[in-house]
Order: sequence, then C-alpha cells, then structure tokens
Amino acid sequence: MNRHLISAADLSRDDAILILDTAAELASVAGRPIRKLPTLRGLTVVNCFYEDSTRTRTSFEAAAKRLSADVINFSAKGSSVAKGESLKDTALTLEAMGTDAVIIRHSASGAAHTLARWVTGSVVNAGDGTHEHPTQALLDAFTMRQRLVGDGERGRGMGLDGLRVTIVGDVLHSRVARSNVLLLTVLGAEVTLVAPPTLMPYAVETWPCKVSYDLDAELRKADVVMMLRVQQERMSAAYFPSIREYRRRYGLDAGRMALLPEHAIVMHPGPMNRGVEIAAEVADSPRSTIVAQVSNGVIVRMAVLYLLLGGAGEGAAA
Amino acid sequence: MCAMRPEPGHESSVPSAPGAASAPRAPDPGQAAGGGWKAVLTPEEIRRALSRIAHEILERTHGGEGVVLLGIPTRGVYLARRLAARIGEFEGTPAPYGSLDVTMHRDDLRLRPARALRRTEVPPEGVDGKTVVLVDDVLFSGRTVRAALDALNDLGRPRAVQLAVLVDRGHRELPIRADYVGKNLPTAHREVVRVHLTEIDGEDSVLLGERDQ
Repeated sequence: MNRHLISAADLSRDDAILILDTAAELASVAGRPIRKLPTLRGLTVVNCFYEDSTRTRTSFEAAAKRLSADVINFSAKGSSVAKGESLKDTALTLEAMGTDAVIIRHSASGAAHTLARWVTGSVVNAGDGTHEHPTQALLDAFTMRQRLVGDGERGRGMGLDGLRVTIVGDVLHSRVARSNVLLLTVLGAEVTLVAPPTLMPYAVETWPCKVSYDLDAELRKADVVMMLRVQQERMSAAYFPSIREYRRRYGLDAGRMALLPEHAIVMHPGPMNRGVEIAAEVADSPRSTIVAQVSNGVIVRMAVLYLLLGGAGEGAAA
Repeated sequence: MCAMRPEPGHESSVPSAPGAASAPRAPDPGQAAGGGWKAVLTPEEIRRALSRIAHEILERTHGGEGVVLLGIPTRGVYLARRLAARIGEFEGTPAPYGSLDVTMHRDDLRLRPARALRRTEVPPEGVDGKTVVLVDDVLFSGRTVRAALDALNDLGRPRAVQLAVLVDRGHRELPIRADYVGKNLPTAHREVVRVHLTEIDGEDSVLLGERDQ
C-alpha cells in the first residue's frame, strides 16, 4: 500500500482485498465488551474538515479512537481558516504539532493530493470536491461483499467478480460514484451509471463502466443499486426541470424496487434526500443496507488507518 | 528461565517476529532433509507429545473442567484443534477451542510493514471464568505470548491462563514460561525451527536449520 490514500485508483486489487479482509477481522471487535485495540497508541490523527460532515468525520474519529490513536478535530468553521489562513499554512501548523495522519475533506478537488506534498504523515482523502472519496468506496465494496459474495466466510479473500452494480443519480457532482467506479472495477464488478444526461460527467465514456439513461431496464439485471444524493448545494444551474420530474425518472420508489432481482440490495452513501432520489419506504426496507454502511464505515476506516499507520513505513523508518 | 542471553542489539528484530520460526514456507520436505534441515520430531513423536499434553491438561485441570483452548494463528490453531479432539477421545467430551490473533497487540508492529490480520474466534461460551490454555507451535522470545495475554485481556477475564507449546526453543526475552511443552529443544540463536503440520504443510514434522545468510 501507498503511504497515503488519495484516490481509489491508488489501490491494486490485492491492496483492496487486504483492506476488506482486515476490516472483516476487525468487525469482530465491534461485538466485544472492550471495543478498543492498542495498535495506534501514541499516534496522532487530525481530522481536518473544510466541509460539513457528520458521518464521515465521526466515523474516522471512532475508527482512530478504537485503535487508541489520539484524535484532534479541526473544522474550518471557527478556526484560523475563517481568518484567511491558506491550506498550506494550516498544513504546516498541523505538521509542526506532530501529526501522524491527516484526514482531509475539502471542497476543492485535488486538495488531499496537494496536502500530501506538504506533510510527512499519511494523508487520507475523506472527500475532495467532486473528485474522490475512497473510504466510502471501500465501505461500499465491503458491504456488497458481506451481503452478496461467498457464504459463511463472508467472501474473505475474494473480490466482487461478476457483480452487477448500478449507480444512479447525480454522478456529475459525486465523488462517491467516481471512487466506486474505480474500486469496484478493480475488484471485478461491472458498473453501470444511470443519470440524466445533464448529470453525466464530461468524458464519462472513458471511464471503465457502462452508461445508461434507462433506469427500469438496468434495475432488472442489477445485484446492487446505489442511489446518489442530488447535491443541490453544488448545483449552480438547472440540471433538471423539477424535483418531481427527477423523482419520476430517476428516483427509487417501491414500484421500481419491485423490478430488482430477489437478492439485490439498495445502497445510499448518505445523507439521503428522502422523497427525492429514494422513497422513505425503500430506505427503510430490509433490502436497504444504509445503516449497515454506516457501521461498516467505522471498521473499514479502522482497517485503512491500521494498514497506513500500524506498520513501519515502506523504506522510511517510522 | 533465561537460559541464554541473546546477543545485544539482536534482540527483537528477527527472532521475535511472529512466525520467524514457522511462517516462512520451508522448502519442500524432500529438499529440506538434504538442505541442512534436520528433523527433530517425527510425526509419531508429535502425536505422542500432543497426547501427553492432552493428558497433562486433563490432570492439571481436574478432568478438563472449564478448559478453553485458544490457538495462536497459524499453526497454534491446528494444534489447539488436535488437543481438543484428543481431550474428547480421553474424556468423552471434546474441549472447546478457538483462535486468538495477536497482531494488533504485538510490540514489534512498527518494525515491519503492516501485516494482514488473522482470525480471532472465541467459542460461544466465552473466556470469562474459564481456564484458557493458549496453544502455539514454538515458544521463543515470549513476545507473542505477551501479546496474546494482552489480546485475551480485551476478550474477558479468564479464571486462569496456561500455555501449551509443541517446541520450547529457549532464548526468552520476557518472564514467560510454558505449562505444557511437547519438546524442549536447545537451539542456537542463529538457528531456525520450523513446524510443519499436515493441515497446511501436508506433513507433520519439526525441522531445525540455519538461518539463510
């Protein structure tokens, strides 16, 4: 593994499976009376969040704390950033305090990549603009493997070969979709993107996936359907005529869910817009893995932090 | 219990690595015999040693009441399974067994790249109030056992913890000793002990050789 986790493309198939297997072992820790391991004792992890987030920040915080790392939370609001401090100066400040890993979320695509040039510790991308969100893709892959691959062993050591994953909605603004396409393809899944033409990214035909505009046809052959949030906060223009029309063509309601094969699961990275891309009855159905995704998020992030920080850095003495 | 001090500066790096004694796959057995590897335990001797240990466990624990065997991956788990079956043959009821991964509790994690985790599986009855017998293939520095004691601490509070090993090769770096030993094997520090078990290596044997230089 690399020292940083910036993009899902940094991960080879073996790296990705190692992370998923490590997470599978760590899952048992969550069921124990003492949900803590001493592995990262004495290391400091900084949560550096320039964008609002509940689940990702708390998930990383819980993951680091369960591995006994010290966690410093830093959010742009109410910090020197509000006074105009640049990312570089903030990075150097954190560096001077002695941090072993920086978890960064930023509204600018490429922020994590840039930050990695300035700090000596590991950098984990927790979402940069509309670019990538690799740990979300890992937890999605983990959830798929847990639910759909292998029996008994829960797919240990295996990829997602042949699994048909349909990702639906605001692909244009979605870092989750981008990371998922890269990671799921490396793991052997066949990914299809479904979105209104206005919400398909430029040059999507160069991505390693299929593209479709007909949701109903795709649902009939999907093993996994992943609904994306309509990111109105990133929309500066009208990408579709109305919420109602979007819902009718690309929303997942109970009627559409009935088209899915028996075993198929419904995923959503959260936070959901109930009644827009996903109907409440679908979100709360037994097929929905939305709550499992959150608990899997903690163990997958534990696995990532352990693999990045738990051993000696390659070459460099830790 | 420290029979011999390791040379200074040579303490933890290699010898206490997790399966320094067992993990690296030995050359195939035929080649091993001719390549400087000496068999120190035959399959029959391993079988007898395990039977004796099973009897000793039963003796020390008054019929194996409340005993839980926890093997340390990889080969300790197979040994724990065999001991559990042996206890079942002798007493009628097999002892519960499981596995205990110690990776996250090791003291040498920072010395090597992060390792893959192994399985921890505790029998459904848990470890609280039980007599836990930790099982490993080779006892060397004692650091793995220390890590196992820490790992066990997070799982519950056993009434007592004992240690069973197939081979005790000496060179302890911590105040730890085994309660049940298959064979005491005096070794030099530079030597390597390899345990092969049918379950994963295709044959039962314990080999002694020189570290490749």
